[in-house]
Amino acid sequence: MTVEVVNVVRRFGATAALEGVSLSLRPGEFAALLGPSGSGKTTLLRILAGLDFPDGGEVRIAGADVAAVPARERGVGVVFQNYALFRHMSVAENVAFGLRVRARAHRPPEAEIQRRVRELLELVQIPELAGRYPEQISGGQRQRVALARALAIEPQLLLLDEPFGALDALVRKEVRRWVRGLHERLGITSILVTHDQEEAMEMADRLAVMEAGRIVQFDTPRALLEAPATAFVAGFLGEATRLLVRIQGRVARASEFGLEDIAVELPDGEALLFLRPHEVRIEPAHAAQGVVRFVRPEGAGGARVLAEIGGRMIEGISTTEPARGDACRIRLLSGTVFHSEGGQFRWQRQEAWATR
Amino acid sequence: MSASAATRRHVLPGFGVSLGVTLAWLGLIVLVPLAALAIRPWELGVAGVIRTLAEPRVLAALRLSFGAALLATAIAAPLGLLMAWVITRYHFPGRRVLDALVDLPFALPTAVAGLALTALFAPNGWLGVPLAAIGVQVAYTPVGVVVALVFVALPFLVRTVEPVLRDLSPEAEEAAATLGATRPQTIRRVVLPTLWPALLTGFGLGFARAVGEYGSVIFIAGNVPMVSEIAPLLIVTKLEQFDYPAASAIGLAMLLMALLILFGLNLWQRALRRGRA
Repeated sequence: MTVEVVNVVRRFGATAALEGVSLSLRPGEFAALLGPSGSGKTTLLRILAGLDFPDGGEVRIAGADVAAVPARERGVGVVFQNYALFRHMSVAENVAFGLRVRARAHRPPEAEIQRRVRELLELVQIPELAGRYPEQISGGQRQRVALARALAIEPQLLLLDEPFGALDALVRKEVRRWVRGLHERLGITSILVTHDQEEAMEMADRLAVMEAGRIVQFDTPRALLEAPATAFVAGFLGEATRLLVRIQGRVARASEFGLEDIAVELPDGEALLFLRPHEVRIEPAHAAQGVVRFVRPEGAGGARVLAEIGGRMIEGISTTEPARGDACRIRLLSGTVFHSEGGQFRWQRQEAWATR
Repeated sequence: MSASAATRRHVLPGFGVSLGVTLAWLGLIVLVPLAALAIRPWELGVAGVIRTLAEPRVLAALRLSFGAALLATAIAAPLGLLMAWVITRYHFPGRRVLDALVDLPFALPTAVAGLALTALFAPNGWLGVPLAAIGVQVAYTPVGVVVALVFVALPFLVRTVEPVLRDLSPEAEEAAATLGATRPQTIRRVVLPTLWPALLTGFGLGFARAVGEYGSVIFIAGNVPMVSEIAPLLIVTKLEQFDYPAASAIGLAMLLMALLILFGLNLWQRALRRGRA
């Protein structure tokens, strides 16, 4: 199903939670809403689910305007942050809920409900837990029940609100791969809300990065990393060293703290230089200005190195494994410069050794 | 190891002393008087006790006391649920005042409440006049007894349901909505089942209080023998006639009946809890 959000505005009192958000999803797409808390991502999700209503703008699901459609008629499956399972019902009854509350004319017969519940529990790989109560199962299992319950209504759109937040790190990784695999099989258009960029990058086809009630950029994980629209996106996605630099005569003066100057096509003023770790080479060298501060071996002799130069910490990679306190040389392969008054420049070293 | 179970050190000290004090007080203020109550009637002999309780006036009073208490609690239950709902779910000016007013029946001397209710429902009272116009008399009838008992039972129901309702996350209700449930379906299948145990506790407390209520009832009831005379009043009447054994026989009968009903409620509640855990 397609999902279209056009210029949606939602205000709580004087503060706007959403300020003209637009988003368009292709059928079967897995999208993520990514942003820090308070950026409006949960508000947008609630509006899509019909649990909240916009003050302005339009929401179309499968082409139909859903402004006047209440949550119970939308056919949108929601997996809530804390699962919101019904504690007084068994796992099977939780899953069956969406079928049992249907109007008599549309309600499947009891045998059919039982069959569907069994199928769904097999789909989420917990058929043996049918008779248990939510208090008697683990967090990861509850998550699967919540998913099966949401899938029982055969939703045209599946919304996942920070669904992995309550799981411990190991289980989380496994469950999100499994959920993504399930999406491949079922092909339901899905939206994941999260503040965990790693999770969003791994799971989503496209990510909408939200900041203060707006979508700053909506693109594939790769595009977001390679061509972030703003300094905020660049800082929020992936690891990066951020350096405040001065631009003077089309040169970012990184030499002020011991790096090389970078030629940029930006006007004079202040700017932020973003360097991903893989864009920085750190090499042991005698009589160099850098000092190795932290080393994380990566195997095969290489390492992630945090080096200090001119009072700044810069993260990069090294093909050897230096020791703490060693002198080192820091060479930049590429980087992105964001001007404080808007405008950015992607810088790439032209020498042959850097373009391999 | 030389330390026996009795002298083993506990993390929380003072177990022996606190249990001793608890048992001593329980014995002194609950068990001893109850024992006296259980022993006293038999001065009349078994036949005498049966004869006392089989008196039409006593039977009518017991029937009224228990019937009115059950009915009043049954009325107070949905009412209390509604009030708890309003207090926890909505924010409106005067909510805190309303919240405080709920406890008023706890604080008011029951005789004062009884006088106020009587003044209100008397044939010339504010509510008595319009009610009389449509042919309903509340004061000096069993209806009056029920009204007074609803008044005393209500706060118990509100206060037991309220904390559970407050803890109920709106997420469960929202989940029900996204799954296609209508509002009535959500309340019946999601909200009420979680409230049942608390509602039953409140019912038990409210009922126990209503059965024993004296002060607020005797004014509005009018105390017409066989019609609007409650068992506690009959006990007082017997006491005034120095008929202590008969008074305690009625008391014992009330005690046993109340115990039976509360025990039943308890079993029901346990069955409900077992159902989910």
